[in-house]
Amino acid sequence: MKPGGILLNAEGLVRRYAMRRGVFGQAVEVRAVDGVSLRLERGRTLGLVGESGCGKSTTGRLVLGMESPDAGRVSFDGMIMPQPGSQAWRKLRARMQMVFQDPLGALDRRLPIATQIAEPLDIHGIGAASERSDRVETLLRAVGLRPDQGARYPHELSGGQRQRAVLARALATDPALLVCDEPISALDVSIQAQVMNLLLDLQEQFGTAMLFVSHDLRAVRQVSHRVAVMYLGRIVEEGEPDAVLHDPAHPYSRALVSAIPHPGRSGQRMVLQGDPPNPADRPTGCAFHPRCPVANSLCAREAPALKPRADGRLIACHVAHGEIAAGQGFAGQEAA
Amino acid sequence: MMQLVRLSGLSVSFDGAQALRGIDLSIRKGEAVGLVGESGCGKSVTWLAALGLLPAKARISGSVLLEGQELIGAPPATLERVRGGRIAMIFQDPASSLNPVHRIGKQITEALTLHRSMTGSVARAEAKRLLDLVGIPDAARRLDAYPHELSGGQNQRVMIAIALAGQPELLVADEPTTALDVTIQAQILELLQDLRRQLGMALVLISHDLGVVAEACERVAVMYAGRIVEEAPVTHLFSAAAHPYTQGLLGALPPMDGPRRRLAAIPGGVPEPWAMPPGCAFAPRCGFRASACDAAMPELSSLAENHRAACIRVVQTALPRESLPA
Repeated sequence: MKPGGILLNAEGLVRRYAMRRGVFGQAVEVRAVDGVSLRLERGRTLGLVGESGCGKSTTGRLVLGMESPDAGRVSFDGMIMPQPGSQAWRKLRARMQMVFQDPLGALDRRLPIATQIAEPLDIHGIGAASERSDRVETLLRAVGLRPDQGARYPHELSGGQRQRAVLARALATDPALLVCDEPISALDVSIQAQVMNLLLDLQEQFGTAMLFVSHDLRAVRQVSHRVAVMYLGRIVEEGEPDAVLHDPAHPYSRALVSAIPHPGRSGQRMVLQGDPPNPADRPTGCAFHPRCPVANSLCAREAPALKPRADGRLIACHVAHGEIAAGQGFAGQEAA
Repeated sequence: MMQLVRLSGLSVSFDGAQALRGIDLSIRKGEAVGLVGESGCGKSVTWLAALGLLPAKARISGSVLLEGQELIGAPPATLERVRGGRIAMIFQDPASSLNPVHRIGKQITEALTLHRSMTGSVARAEAKRLLDLVGIPDAARRLDAYPHELSGGQNQRVMIAIALAGQPELLVADEPTTALDVTIQAQILELLQDLRRQLGMALVLISHDLGVVAEACERVAVMYAGRIVEEAPVTHLFSAAAHPYTQGLLGALPPMDGPRRRLAAIPGGVPEPWAMPPGCAFAPRCGFRASACDAAMPELSSLAENHRAACIRVVQTALPRESLPA
């Protein structure tokens, strides 16, 4: 399958949760995802980066219909996503699959992996039963496992091999979209490289589009064609990975890039003050303004919209768009 | 610089499976040393063994000298004075290291009472000073907070404050930023650097992340399957890694710039402790494997000043072997 053409289009996704503070407390509304729009082309990868609680995993679940958005809509292959749980949605789910962070948790410990890889074929009634074992063998080889390893149980495999088994299962139905939620975070460095290489190989071989959710900008650069940076439920910057990594425009992206520890990093690191705010206590205006080194008074009042700069990069920042001059920030004024 | 801690031939086995197979490492006063390796390579076990924190079934041999004083097999009373008092340790997950039902002020003063016999208002004032030192805003009020009221990054700061309570000469930080977000990781690394400068304390930073170690340390020891395979000053290690495993770890890191190339992943996985290869433990995954690799475990040999590697290739290609400085 050639890349090109929009496969996934999400517009204005919002997901709210009710959170109770204390036993008798009032329910507080938490906006985990607060108006996220994204597009993914066939056979391409979009990296979604951000820190814990920024809503990147929830976004992944929303685009698969594993959760229903409170507002906004998702269309897949030109069609509006059917009601989750409906017959049509189940059918569509064969074309989009999810890969989680913890492969041991995602696999059934009591079944050999070949049985688990064949399961999606049974569920979606794909192929004749007699062809299943051939298909499983092909899948095992595609992810770099030996066919005889199909008889192993998850605990008999190493962490990297388990993640390969999870990928084989996800690919069993030949999906057009794979949502990978931190697929390498639980793995050792040398194994991370193996899995990243495998993801690229599989994409080339099967033309699978991927939504790669990660906190690791380096990994995202390695596997993605585009990257979106999220902060507190919103996308704050989106563009080509190299452009974002080398010339981040949003102050938060700049801090994220500057926080990447790597040998030979030159110059002073930009260390953000304070912690990411609680989504239940969303700051007014731009959610990043209390930690932002260049925030101005407008930033505390008005949330910036995500819009393209002249070079096409999408940025949600008053200062980066030149609407106002850089300020001094509020970080010093507010004790956490 | 004076030597503070010296590990020699430190070995640990659990039920016959060897977790550590002869570690030789010295830490000088005030020095920052990184210990890098993948899960199961023994980087944490090394320091748990040195401080007598392993379960009774662990068989420990070799020697750990703290300024001439032997810690392996030392009586509990001696170890208790060392732990927290001279060598303090912090761990990956601050939330599970702190007691959830006690206020953090109490947990810091507990350490102050234990190591510096401080009590009452003196201890409380010192606890506040320590919280200030580790950069917790509004320290006086935070003394009465419970761990769940603080964020993960703040809890790690509290752990560091407790570790500093005994005025240790060496802080062993075991993956201190792994559970934290990247921007918070940057804060904690900066804090550790500041503290080291202010207090002249030595630091051992255990991490799986070469990048983290590169920023916080002067010297790095790379571990694989229970042994140190390479040891070098940080800048040297990144520019001239000699051991194929170290080269592999560096090649596995996605680059920040330049064309996107396929990552040089190290094939296979770490050997299990009960199925160690006869010679070099890395040989089965090594691209330069030769028959000689299986003959014997390669010893650490000197390549340049302060640069040692345990690989037979290295010895053949590098400087003539010289005797190691004691």
